Amino acid sequence: MTTLEIVEVLVRIAWLVGAVGFVIGLSRMNSPATARNGNLVSAGGMAIAIGATAILILVSQANGVPVAGVAWVIIVLGVVLGGGLGLYTARTVKMTAMPQLVSLFNAVGGGAAALIAIDDYLGLAAGSNVRIDTHIFIVLDIIIGSITFTGSIVASGKLQGLIPGKPIQVPGGQLVTLALAAITVIAAIAVFIGGTPNLLLMVVILAAALIFGVTMTLPIGGADMPVVISLLNSFTGTAVAMAGFVINNPVLIIAGALVGASGAILTKLMADAMNRSVMNIMIGGFGGGDDAAGAAAGPGGSVRSIGADDVAIQLAYAQHVIIVPGYGLAVAQAQHAVRELAELLEERGVDVKYAIHPVAGRMPGHMNVLLAEANVPYPQLKEMDDINPEFARADVALVIGANDVTNPAARRPGSPVSGMPILDVDQAKSIVVIKRSMGKGYAGIDNELYTNERTGMLFADAKDGLAALTAAVKAL
Amino acid sequence: MTAAEINGLLEALTVFTLAILVGIAVISKVPATLHTPLMSGANSIHGIVLVGAMLIAAEATEPISQLLSLVAVAFATMNVVGGYVVTDRMLQMFRKKPVAAKPASDDAEVAS
Repeated sequence: MTTLEIVEVLVRIAWLVGAVGFVIGLSRMNSPATARNGNLVSAGGMAIAIGATAILILVSQANGVPVAGVAWVIIVLGVVLGGGLGLYTARTVKMTAMPQLVSLFNAVGGGAAALIAIDDYLGLAAGSNVRIDTHIFIVLDIIIGSITFTGSIVASGKLQGLIPGKPIQVPGGQLVTLALAAITVIAAIAVFIGGTPNLLLMVVILAAALIFGVTMTLPIGGADMPVVISLLNSFTGTAVAMAGFVINNPVLIIAGALVGASGAILTKLMADAMNRSVMNIMIGGFGGGDDAAGAAAGPGGSVRSIGADDVAIQLAYAQHVIIVPGYGLAVAQAQHAVRELAELLEERGVDVKYAIHPVAGRMPGHMNVLLAEANVPYPQLKEMDDINPEFARADVALVIGANDVTNPAARRPGSPVSGMPILDVDQAKSIVVIKRSMGKGYAGIDNELYTNERTGMLFADAKDGLAALTAAVKAL
Repeated sequence: MTAAEINGLLEALTVFTLAILVGIAVISKVPATLHTPLMSGANSIHGIVLVGAMLIAAEATEPISQLLSLVAVAFATMNVVGGYVVTDRMLQMFRKKPVAAKPASDDAEVAS
C-alpha cells in the first residue's frame, strides 16, 4: 500500500471511531449523572472525525493529489468565522433564549448540507448522464436542507419575538404552500426523468424549497414551536445523511441517520405530551381560530385577588407545597427567586416539590434546565405523571407564570386545549397564582383555574411577587 | 447501473438503515428531563457535515465552488462549536446539591 492508501484506511477507521463516539455519547445522555460526560464523548468523536479529515486532505496534497490552492484558506477562514460566531453566541446566550439558538444552529447545519449538494451538482459535467440514485440524493439533500434552513430561521425568529409568535394566516396561504410542494415534486421528477444535469430545474427546486420552509413555519403558533424545531432537527439529520450519500461518506450517513431518528422520536414525544398529532401541528395554528375560542367557557366566575402576606402565611404553615413553574417565570428571570423561597420554606420543614409539565418553558425539559441553572436540586423536579396524584394532598399549589398547562378546560371537549394533558392543580386544597394580569396564554383562551373558588390571584411580576413572598415568610 | 454500483449503493443504504435503528434504540430511553439537552446534543452531532464541507473545499477550483464551500465550512463549524458548547452549558447545571445528602427521599435534601 502507498502512504496515501494507508492514511485513507486510517481515516476511515477514525470516522468509524467518531461514529461510535456519537452513539455512546447519546446513550450516556440517558441520565443526568452521565449526560455531561456523554456530550464530551460525542464532542471527542467529532474532534477525531474532523481531525482525521484534515489529515486526509494534507496527506493527499503531499502525495500529489490535486488540492485546490485556496482550500486551506477556505477551511481556516470558515472555521474561524463559524467557530468564533458559534462559540460567542453559545457562551453568551441567556438560558431562556437557548431554544432559538439551538434552532439557529440547526438552520446553519441544514444550510451546509444543502450547499454540499449544490456544489456537487455544479460539478457534474453538462450533458453527461447522471445516475438516478445520485440525482435522487442530490435533490433530496437540496430540498430537505433548504426547508430546514429557512424553516429554522423563521422558528428562531418567532421564539426571539422578531416575528410575531401568533399564527400568521394569510388568505390562501395553505394553497401557496401546497403549490410550492407540487412545484418541488414536479421539478424533481423532471430532473430524474431528464437524466442530465439541468441547472434551471435545480434553481426552481431550490427556490421553491426555501420559500416552502417559510410558508410552512409561519402559520404555526409559538406554543407549537418546540415540536417544529425538533422536526426540523430531524430533517437536518436526514439532509446530512443525504449529503453523505452524495459525496459517498460513511460518517455523514451514520451521524445523519442517528440524528434523523432522534429528532423524529423527540418530535413524537413532544406532540404526544400536547396530545396533538404532528400532522395537526404542521397544518395549522393553535385551535381552529375564532370558532374554537368561542366554545370555551367565558370568564363567568369572579376572580379573587390575594395579598403577599396572606400567601406567605399559607405557605409557611403548609406541610406540602407544589410549585408549578411556567415560561412566565423564566421570562421574569425568577428562577433564583423561586429557589430562595423554596429553601426558606424547607428550612421551616415544609415539603416543597416542583411540578414540571412536559412542555413547560419552550421545549421539553427546558424548565428543568432553567431551574437547574438556579441550583434547584433535580430530585425535587417531578414529572407530570408522578406529581399529579399528589396535588390532592398538597396544601398549597403555587402557580408561577404557567397558564394553559393548568387549565381544567382541557378535560372536556370543545376547547382549543381539549385533550391536552394538564397538571391537576385544581385538586390542591388551596391554589395561588402569581401572574401579572388576566392575560391569556398561547391558546388564547381564559383559564378556568383562575375563577376556581379556592384560587387566589397574586397580581405581580413573577420576580417581584416571589421577592415579596420571601420577605413576608421571613417576617413571620 | 452496474452490479458493483448497485452493491455499493446497497452497502450505504444498509449502514443508513442500521444507524436509524441504533438511533431509535439509544434515544427512546432518555427521560423527558433531558430532552432539551438531548435535542441540542443531537443538533451538534449533525455538525459532522463539516467533514463533507472540508472535502468539497479541497476540490473547489471554480470561484463559485470556493464561495459555496467557504459558507458551508463556516455554517458547519458554527453548528459543531456552538452546539457542543451550549449543550455542555446546559448539562453542567444538572447536579444535585454540592453536599450530596443520602438520595433516600426528597425530604433528605432539606438540610442546608
